[in-house]
Amino acid sequence: MANIGVLIETSDNEVKKANFGVISAARGEGGNEIFGLVLSSDAAPCKEAAQEYGVQKVVGVSAEGADIGSSPDLQASALADATEHLGIDVLFGLSSAQGKDLLARVAAILNAPLVMDCVGVNLTENTVTKFHFAGKTYASIKVTGNRWVCGIRPNAIEARPAPCEAEVISHQSAVQDPGRMKIREIKKGDSEQVDLTEAEIIISGGNPMASAENFKILYDCAEVLGAAVGASRSAVDAGFAPHAIQVGQTGKTVSPKLYIACGISGAIQHFAGMKTSKTIVGINKDAEAPIFNKCDYGVVGDLFEVVPALTEVLKRG
Amino acid sequence: MHLFKNTDKCQALFKNVHTNPADILCKKSLKTFSSFIKLESFKLATDCRVIIEKSYKLENKPKKDVDMQIYVCVKHVPDTAVNIKVTGKDSFDESVDFVINPYDEYAIEQAVQIREKEGGEVIIVTVGKEAALKTVRSALAVGGDRGIFVKTDAHFLDSTLVSQAIKKVIEDDGTPDMIFTGKQSVDAEGMQVHYRLAAGFDMPIASDVAAFSMSDGKVTVEREVGGGTREVIEMSLPCVVAATKGLNEPRYANIPSIMKAKKKKVAQFDIADMGLDSGSDGAELNELRPFPDKGKAKMIEGTPAEMAEELVKLLKDEAKAL
Ligand SMILES: Cc1cc2nc3c(=O)[nH]c(=O)nc-3n(C[C@H](O)[C@H](O)[C@H](O)COP(=O)(O)OP(=O)(O)OC[C@H]3O[C@@H](n4cnc5c(N)ncnc54)[C@H](O)[C@@H]3O)c2cc1C
Repeated sequence: MANIGVLIETSDNEVKKANFGVISAARGEGGNEIFGLVLSSDAAPCKEAAQEYGVQKVVGVSAEGADIGSSPDLQASALADATEHLGIDVLFGLSSAQGKDLLARVAAILNAPLVMDCVGVNLTENTVTKFHFAGKTYASIKVTGNRWVCGIRPNAIEARPAPCEAEVISHQSAVQDPGRMKIREIKKGDSEQVDLTEAEIIISGGNPMASAENFKILYDCAEVLGAAVGASRSAVDAGFAPHAIQVGQTGKTVSPKLYIACGISGAIQHFAGMKTSKTIVGINKDAEAPIFNKCDYGVVGDLFEVVPALTEVLKRG
Repeated sequence: MHLFKNTDKCQALFKNVHTNPADILCKKSLKTFSSFIKLESFKLATDCRVIIEKSYKLENKPKKDVDMQIYVCVKHVPDTAVNIKVTGKDSFDESVDFVINPYDEYAIEQAVQIREKEGGEVIIVTVGKEAALKTVRSALAVGGDRGIFVKTDAHFLDSTLVSQAIKKVIEDDGTPDMIFTGKQSVDAEGMQVHYRLAAGFDMPIASDVAAFSMSDGKVTVEREVGGGTREVIEMSLPCVVAATKGLNEPRYANIPSIMKAKKKKVAQFDIADMGLDSGSDGAELNELRPFPDKGKAKMIEGTPAEMAEELVKLLKDEAKAL
């Protein structure tokens, strides 16, 4: 039996939905003790959601005499301390903006192997699968060592409920903040949307969007779909969309349930970032566009007509 | 007269010097010497003279006059435009074009801009197979002053080992004020060497950095955290900064800069000779498999309204995506 930790991310005190797939992966074949680590002195608000997916111990990790949220150094040291204290063998988390930062810090402190952005886990053999070269090749990685860290790509592993009754405990760490970095300010982006990597549905616009204003038709459709909006590099470089929403080998790598590409030709770098999506739709006015050779559904038409029509149909339910 | 070439020897000698004032001839840079003294909290005896070879500057200068050393870690990766052909269990056809890892271009550019403003030197550090020397030269052609190349015989290496190799060559070379890297490589996408370096050097780190400024010995960066949101982070020096797109506009190399790069110094090492021991723990590539594209799309026809109707139906009933 192994002790498995899951770093649980919250947003406004609620467990982010993307965590459930991670917890499901962490359960493996079963028989392991699952610890859900929450960066807060009080983990109780997370109990209900966490136990639904099989977390047996919900641990509030905090730092003695300091606000754990004040510095990533402090968060990482406290997490590393909790990992050692609880005898956690494998620490899982999301390969999200926060997870990529924190898990890497913890792995570096513990000098433990780390595999980020995994889409499959085998805890019996200590192997994980992920992509190399964005979505161009699959890689199977063998991990050796008594303690390791693993980041799971959001939405990559299906959430499977496994209800149990969890115990809420707390771990107050005596670690000190070395005081060498401070978060001075959080600059909110223009868009209120979730991080692309965590979105279940993405609708993206390419070069023919022609302006930032035109992206509104995508945001309108996204609102009805519950989707996030993405963009190709051409659209980003032309200033129609911020880099934060660029999809591709030099942008975000995403695996949503549904990816709708509007006016996107299907360049290799764009596909590298989204080809692992479960279902891909291409909307393109050129029937010969390369995208139609590598997606599930193709719509030949002008995106400025098709997208609003799609929004209408979806609104009707 | 005492002479030292490396810090170990220096330490031994210095203990001696501390009690027996004497002249010291330092073969290393003045900077190495001053930071060493600072690090070990030694005080120079008043009648002890430090002679830095060549420059013959006396005594330890205050730190602000010391030249900055900025190290940039640069990886040699397949061009993002190429298809990857898997050739064996864990290898791919490496005869394709290789380039500087795209995120590292922003790292190099930032380092070069700092040097242009503040002085100092930009040192390119690359760990890779023989062919990666080309990437070191490319980085020198866009502003690096000199290079350090650690040769390996495999393309995919354990990240712990890579960070140990980088740490070792930087330590032996000088005293970093800043270490720049890209936020990830576009081939193995390990996303961790910079964090391990920071931990190894005990420096603060910020990754996914899209804006950078520096004043009064502090750096302020903006870190992308998704959804267009950015954290504004202040860090003390020395520190590690991992770049993402948007940080700057990397310059292009031109013919004269490429010619000049050929003459720049590149110190070369073989990883096998470096005495590194990353222990038995690690993550190793087991198998590489092609991930095929989806095939030809099911085409939907009709007027925009009809196509929209049909698409939603298919997404609901067939793909179960809605
Ligand atoms: C180092 C490097 C990294 C890169 N990284 C990325 C990356 O991360 N992400 C990325 O996306 N790209 C990346 N690229 C760029 C990539 O090669 C392509 O240039 C880019 O993806 C093309 O964007 P696009 O499809 O929006 O534009 P285009 O190639 O201009 O294609 C536009 C498409 O829209 C169709 N169209 C035009 N008008 C309409 C209309 N009204 N309605 C419907 N369809 C219409 C056209 O038929 C065409 O197929 C990278 C390139 C390099 C060199």
